[in-house]
Amino acid sequence: MQLFKLKCDDFLEYDESTGTYSIPADQQVRDAHEKSHWKDVGYTLLKDWRLYLMLVPMLLVYLLWRYLPMTELLAAFKDPQTGGGGLEVADQYWYGLTNFYNLFFGTLSPEFWSAFRNTFIIAFYGLLFGFPFPIILALFFNEVKSNITRSIIQVCVYLPKFMSTVIITTLAIVLFRAPTSADGSTGMGVLSQLFVTMFPNSESLKEAVQTTGGLVFHPEYFRAIYQVTGIWEHGGYDSIVFFAAVIAVSPTSYEAAQMDGAGKMQQMRYVVIPSILSTVVIMLIMKVGSLLSVGYEKVYLMSSGSNRLAAEIVATFSNRLLETGGDTSIGIAAEMVNNLIGMILVIGANSIARKASDVSLY
Amino acid sequence: MKRKMEVSELIFKIVSYVFLVVFAVMCIYPFIYAISSSLSSRVAVENGWVTFLPVGETEGSVGVQFEAYRWVLNNNVFWISYANTLFMAFVGTIWCMIYTMMGAYALSKKRLMGRRAFNFFLVFTMWFSAGIVPQYRNYEATGEILAALAGTTYAGGSFDQKWLIILAMGMNATNVILLRNAFEGVPAEIEEAARIDGATEMQILFKVYIPMSKATIATVALFFGISRWNGYFWAMRMMPDYRYNWPVQVYIRNFIDMTSGLINPENEYYKWENVIQNVGGTGFDHNTLSAMSVVYAMVICAVIPILCIYPFIQKYFAKGVNMGGVKE
Repeated sequence: MQLFKLKCDDFLEYDESTGTYSIPADQQVRDAHEKSHWKDVGYTLLKDWRLYLMLVPMLLVYLLWRYLPMTELLAAFKDPQTGGGGLEVADQYWYGLTNFYNLFFGTLSPEFWSAFRNTFIIAFYGLLFGFPFPIILALFFNEVKSNITRSIIQVCVYLPKFMSTVIITTLAIVLFRAPTSADGSTGMGVLSQLFVTMFPNSESLKEAVQTTGGLVFHPEYFRAIYQVTGIWEHGGYDSIVFFAAVIAVSPTSYEAAQMDGAGKMQQMRYVVIPSILSTVVIMLIMKVGSLLSVGYEKVYLMSSGSNRLAAEIVATFSNRLLETGGDTSIGIAAEMVNNLIGMILVIGANSIARKASDVSLY
Repeated sequence: MKRKMEVSELIFKIVSYVFLVVFAVMCIYPFIYAISSSLSSRVAVENGWVTFLPVGETEGSVGVQFEAYRWVLNNNVFWISYANTLFMAFVGTIWCMIYTMMGAYALSKKRLMGRRAFNFFLVFTMWFSAGIVPQYRNYEATGEILAALAGTTYAGGSFDQKWLIILAMGMNATNVILLRNAFEGVPAEIEEAARIDGATEMQILFKVYIPMSKATIATVALFFGISRWNGYFWAMRMMPDYRYNWPVQVYIRNFIDMTSGLINPENEYYKWENVIQNVGGTGFDHNTLSAMSVVYAMVICAVIPILCIYPFIQKYFAKGVNMGGVKE
């Protein structure tokens, strides 16, 4: 009894006269408060059941088709050969990190590293050339004071954004296609023709044009064409955000700068650029964040056996393993590595944006 | 001083006009080229004579022929794929809009308990995706379940894979956030007034919130519709052999793959009979008509619906994009 009393002393009060224990008054208040808190929670949940019901279809869609596939990632840690390769992923034996070891150092590793490198290069060039272009476009748009003219130009430059990847790649392939005549002088696509005329002395270009399917399928020219079509496709549309920032600059700022005798370039440098800098920084951080999520659809449509050296990214490498019946566990491992690095980049970029400017996309 | 300023301004203005006009022309030139090529004769297309206007039988002449369009119009498989795409774009957009609007409405309520967790649940899908192989296996399993529900089998083409594409694909967390932000901008007083009048959550959503955020809803529906119309990869992946379920993008790409060798007449593999057997169509006269003209004609046909709605909703883009952009 004495022992028990000692242990309970902390939270129970011992009444010597009656020999009973009781809960102290202040603790009773705290308990009641906590009880009412959970009562409140339950009540709120019940009261808002309609809202939760409205949320259910969307959560279900994301759960079934975005989160359920993630369970298949287990295959990256399992032995695909278990049971002769016939078992479900869940029933396969654990394989440790062997798949990753094979990916990095095994027979498929040269292809993986080349794909990884290509992903990085495509993304990096996309950032280098694709990022400044919409900003320049927005600055130029600001010069067009007539609304009608500007609207006409905008209708034209936003248009490619709404074309499908199939159509864009089709146009790229046919505009850069190889000559049809046997001697290779006529019948090439308009743009291949243009480049051959522009650089009549370049033997390598003449040779590259002859590639089956045209310049798009030549490893050296694939990258350039990919970036140019990328700018063509997104440049106009991406300028919307920057243009909104540019037109937000107050006209009095320009007037003040003009009064001080600033030329056009100086106005750009001291008025416009500082005003849109925060937008630019945020968009840049976001762009860096999505560096590794290269759109695989376009790459897939623009690649063939002949330009694989330059055009295979991690996603299409994994897809090729699936299509040709290769080791899909290694494909899953490859994409997992790529997507995890991508995720770290996004989260990092996002937290930097949050710190730098109190705004973030998510 | 004054004079120097005007000169620099003038130069900048000229440069910007020239740059914009050149870029705008570059943006629409491929489409003009496609239209002209689809209207040109076979010799003109295959010898690369077309630059701007449709070219007839001799180099430098202007001539229009509608053979390519005639062939496309008579090709029933192409129009079946066209109808498939229309169907998938229409039903798919409605399906995506229904659950996105309801979900975004619920998420826009600050009082919703676990709001941050639900938001994270959505946003995480933007950061990390399982990848192509897991996604493929998941879609395959979904297809099998859907086929079993419909009383058929997935393999063998008896199952209508359009429903798999409609139900399981096309979700986009960015669109949810766009709509959520728009709904958060609706004044609380109006909602309170409706609530006092006895409106339920659904009524508030449809009678108050949706009419008050029409611009964003139009933008989001447009994004959904366009991604549906343009979707290629997963449709190609999930229904490779069964051509009567193909969307038009898959059809066009397969047609190009089938006919790319036709330019070279010595290539025995690419016979027109072979093409017609695989992608449909009849009576192709390859003396007067080039396969490339047909490709251009198909591209133009596939672009027309987007071109039709594009001018009407173009004004919403800027609005929608600026709203959805930077906010939390």
